[in-house]
Amino acid sequence: MNARDGSPVRFRFDGREYTGQAGDTLAAALIANGVALVARSFKYHRPRGIMAAGVEEPSALVTVGEGGRREPNTRATDVFLYEGLVAESQNRWPSLAFDLGAINGLLSPLIPAGFYYKTFFGPPKRWLRYEHFIRKAAGMGAPPTAADPDAYAHRAAFCDVLVVGAGPAGLAAAVSAAEAGRRVMLVEQDCRIGGALLREDVAIDGIAGHDWSARAAARIRALGGRILMRATATGYWDHNLVTVIERRAEPGAVPPVDQPAQVLWKVRAGEVILATGAIERPLAFSGNDRPGVMLAQAARTYARRYGVKPGRRAVIATAHDDGYRTAFALADAGVEVAAVLDSRDNPQGTLVAAARGRFAVHTGAVPLAAKRSGDRVGALVADLGGRQQTFAADLVAVSGGVTPVVHLHKQAGGELVWDAGMEAFLPGASRQANRSIGAAAGGHSLAAILAESWAAGGGPARNFAVTDPLGDAAAPQAAPPPGAVAPGKSFVDFQNDVTLADVDLAWREGYRSVEHLKRYTTLGMATDQGKTSNMAALSRLAQAQGVEIPAAGLTTFRPPYTPATLGAFAGGAVGDHAAPIRRLPLYDKHEALGAVWQPVGYWRRPRGYPRPGEALGEASLREARMVRSAVGLVDVSTLATFAVSGPDAALLLELVCATGVAKLAEGRGRYTFMLREDGFVMDDGTVWRTAPARYLLTSSTGGSDRMAQRLSYVRNVLRPDLRVSVANLQEHFAAIAVAGPRAADLLAELTGAPPPRHMSCDSGAIGGTAVTILAASYSGERAFEVYAPADAIGPVWDALFAGASARDGGAYGLDAMDALRVEKGHVVVGAEVDGRSTPADLALAGMVRKAGGFTGWQGLTRPALADPSGRRQLVGLESLDGPIPEGGMLVPAPGQEPQGHVTTAAPRVAQAGWIGLALVVDGASRHGDELLAWSPTRRQQTRVRLSASHFYDAEGARYRD
Amino acid sequence: MLLIACPHCGPRAQEEFSYERTTDSVVTTEAAPDAAMTALFTRENPRGVAEEIWRHTYGCRGWMVFRRDRISHAISDIRPLGPEPLA
Repeated sequence: MNARDGSPVRFRFDGREYTGQAGDTLAAALIANGVALVARSFKYHRPRGIMAAGVEEPSALVTVGEGGRREPNTRATDVFLYEGLVAESQNRWPSLAFDLGAINGLLSPLIPAGFYYKTFFGPPKRWLRYEHFIRKAAGMGAPPTAADPDAYAHRAAFCDVLVVGAGPAGLAAAVSAAEAGRRVMLVEQDCRIGGALLREDVAIDGIAGHDWSARAAARIRALGGRILMRATATGYWDHNLVTVIERRAEPGAVPPVDQPAQVLWKVRAGEVILATGAIERPLAFSGNDRPGVMLAQAARTYARRYGVKPGRRAVIATAHDDGYRTAFALADAGVEVAAVLDSRDNPQGTLVAAARGRFAVHTGAVPLAAKRSGDRVGALVADLGGRQQTFAADLVAVSGGVTPVVHLHKQAGGELVWDAGMEAFLPGASRQANRSIGAAAGGHSLAAILAESWAAGGGPARNFAVTDPLGDAAAPQAAPPPGAVAPGKSFVDFQNDVTLADVDLAWREGYRSVEHLKRYTTLGMATDQGKTSNMAALSRLAQAQGVEIPAAGLTTFRPPYTPATLGAFAGGAVGDHAAPIRRLPLYDKHEALGAVWQPVGYWRRPRGYPRPGEALGEASLREARMVRSAVGLVDVSTLATFAVSGPDAALLLELVCATGVAKLAEGRGRYTFMLREDGFVMDDGTVWRTAPARYLLTSSTGGSDRMAQRLSYVRNVLRPDLRVSVANLQEHFAAIAVAGPRAADLLAELTGAPPPRHMSCDSGAIGGTAVTILAASYSGERAFEVYAPADAIGPVWDALFAGASARDGGAYGLDAMDALRVEKGHVVVGAEVDGRSTPADLALAGMVRKAGGFTGWQGLTRPALADPSGRRQLVGLESLDGPIPEGGMLVPAPGQEPQGHVTTAAPRVAQAGWIGLALVVDGASRHGDELLAWSPTRRQQTRVRLSASHFYDAEGARYRD
Repeated sequence: MLLIACPHCGPRAQEEFSYERTTDSVVTTEAAPDAAMTALFTRENPRGVAEEIWRHTYGCRGWMVFRRDRISHAISDIRPLGPEPLA
């Protein structure tokens, strides 16, 4: 695996063409091509290179892909090469090498930690002035502006054991579990199986590590296990649900034919085994962010796994044995190892002894500053026990200990325990059915990890023979925080440009809690969520407080573990699939008439039927006048419709409705409304007694799901003892309202019988279809609602439409319906009924049952609801000049405190002018007052006079027989 | 996301269900105003076990009640709510 013998792959970075190899990450290919400078930092625009070899990379963020596939802030270490990959550096102008924003670094004394925070506390105008500059200069990649052309999918999966991570621990556990007959799912974020084995020169049971990994994977598959590659477990939720995002296409790449770009898996697992490994910690010294300063395990990975040299001459700075392994790996790859600097005073062991025989090992040696040569590191200045020495090197490989990846364990609610030896948090007791193994659990000896992992998988105990020329790995140790901060910038959080000095400043300014430190300095708040930085900052904070790290506290581990594409969460629910479209049974009839469609929830309803050359507003006014003068048809199929039947039907309805129902005579109906439990009006409608023990309840379109839930709740939870059945008939029925002075004549002709009286109901037949006719008026004219089964409504519409046309009538839409009901002063749910209005506010108090016994009666007794003074009450508005801005506030003069708001506005139908409905403080007693309907957002204002809410036929003479 | 064993359908994901309320915040129409408002607005929010009413809204639409530990999310004593089935 050491040889670079993969097939060549061409790619572009910042406009230049390069060639890498199949299997390379973009980072590996850039290193192979000698590109060290790949990014500019977030705040100071410092030159940055590649620091890591995995998802924890804080510095090398690039934008990958073009057009709708552009993916900004992608880690160069987490995208695998494909032919034609296009990547660009970010946060630089005009170019990566010559970046004007780098002046921020010189200005840094002016923008210290907490700069944004302090700006917020200043006068608001100051923030407004800075915002533009800050947003432009503090940069992440730009989001794509074109729509994403790819598909995304969601899938559900179930397994006995979900293993996260296909390193040696995860593989051993997964094979063991599969051998034990358990259903296994193994997910790995890399494109290759093996984890740490890909960077180590070890053999297991006499088989080279990478071959052992491949055989393990084959065994899992042969036993029926499922392995997902490029799949990251991003979140751990309740009841052992783990979300896994699987990339089927690399960032920016065209997915395979008929494949989604990504699949979001929702995996419900019997048990979750977390083999998520550990992340190496950087060291704090001046210039520790320069290109060429790299984590030691990453340097080893580039040398061994990718066969590229991350530098020509290296210095290794380490706090523990693991750094020495990198010295051997680099030397084997042909990199000159100038020195190994060990911060320990007296390290022991065979590995150290072997290194002393081959390299210049300095103990008690602490790096102080990385000096630059061009854009990358040129030398490292170190303190060798009081004596300073400069080592020329273009690669500084650092290891400040390791941090086990406990994110998922913590997300699952597990506890952490502090390991003083490793100076790291390890997984403690789990709250859910999960356990951690391998390096994630603080393991280091490969033989021990394999044996423990095998046992975790459920197989019988067995041992693995590990051959490692460097001996068994020792326990990791952490670097102590440096004493005095060297001049220059020692970065803690590389991605958000937070330095050691910033952490110290926060402490001096009184930010004691780690949560405050985080918010003040933005530490750990970048897209990497502090994977490489949080422990260093905690250690510094604990040092300042003079306490152990656990006492300093820890911030929350939140999903997703790595940044996710929004498309993965949206899945297939985009565009026309974002929400279902409910089509009216008469959709085609409306469409043929040229309906303009209005979304109403999931429904599409005709808003009006403009004729050629006619504006929608003109059409609606014409339609409304047609209803006043002749007859109109409007589709009301979307109304909620329920059949309530049984001996206790009236009893149930009286629990739900605030108005009287029990005394309703057969064949009669009445207006009704329902309250929420807190006393405010929830919905309104009509209730009809169609048979001695059978009622039909209609209510508003928008409230239909809520009303169905309420009826079901009352029936099943409050009163399961009632002898009643509730059927939701909304999908069963379609309905047409027929309104106007010629409506009765039209119905009489079509049914061959006199139509029912106002607020009566009857059955009949139109065009051979059985219909139910409810005589109710919403428009103020004599009107009927004709109900028929949805699949039989077509002929009914045709007959009604032909008859209406013969009477100078036709179809009308929502806008005309609204204008008619406003003129009549009818309230509507969603406008006047806004969840804050009581029956009295809407002038409906007279219909409320005085004896109570209905849902919400107790709420009405509350003092603020019972006392009408100061409440916003329904009034009419008459415009004294132009149209009234709907939603506008009602004020004495612009800028003054609003006294109410315009709930609905419409042109008058019967005559010229504009009217509206409004809720106004003490409005019922203020008829005649003048106010200004004012909408600063729409720059509209109109003088209005408050009035009664009925503008037309207040006596109701037109709809009574 | 919880896994709820619907008494009618068996274990299903939480997204198929809707939470209604705890049993002690059920307000009957007979309740006195003070008691009703207390049940609505000054409810217990135990750090521990609560008895909750849920509905399998996007499944069988059946109602149920169970005890849920609000720390561990353990669900127990699940039973259906509603009228007795007709014989």
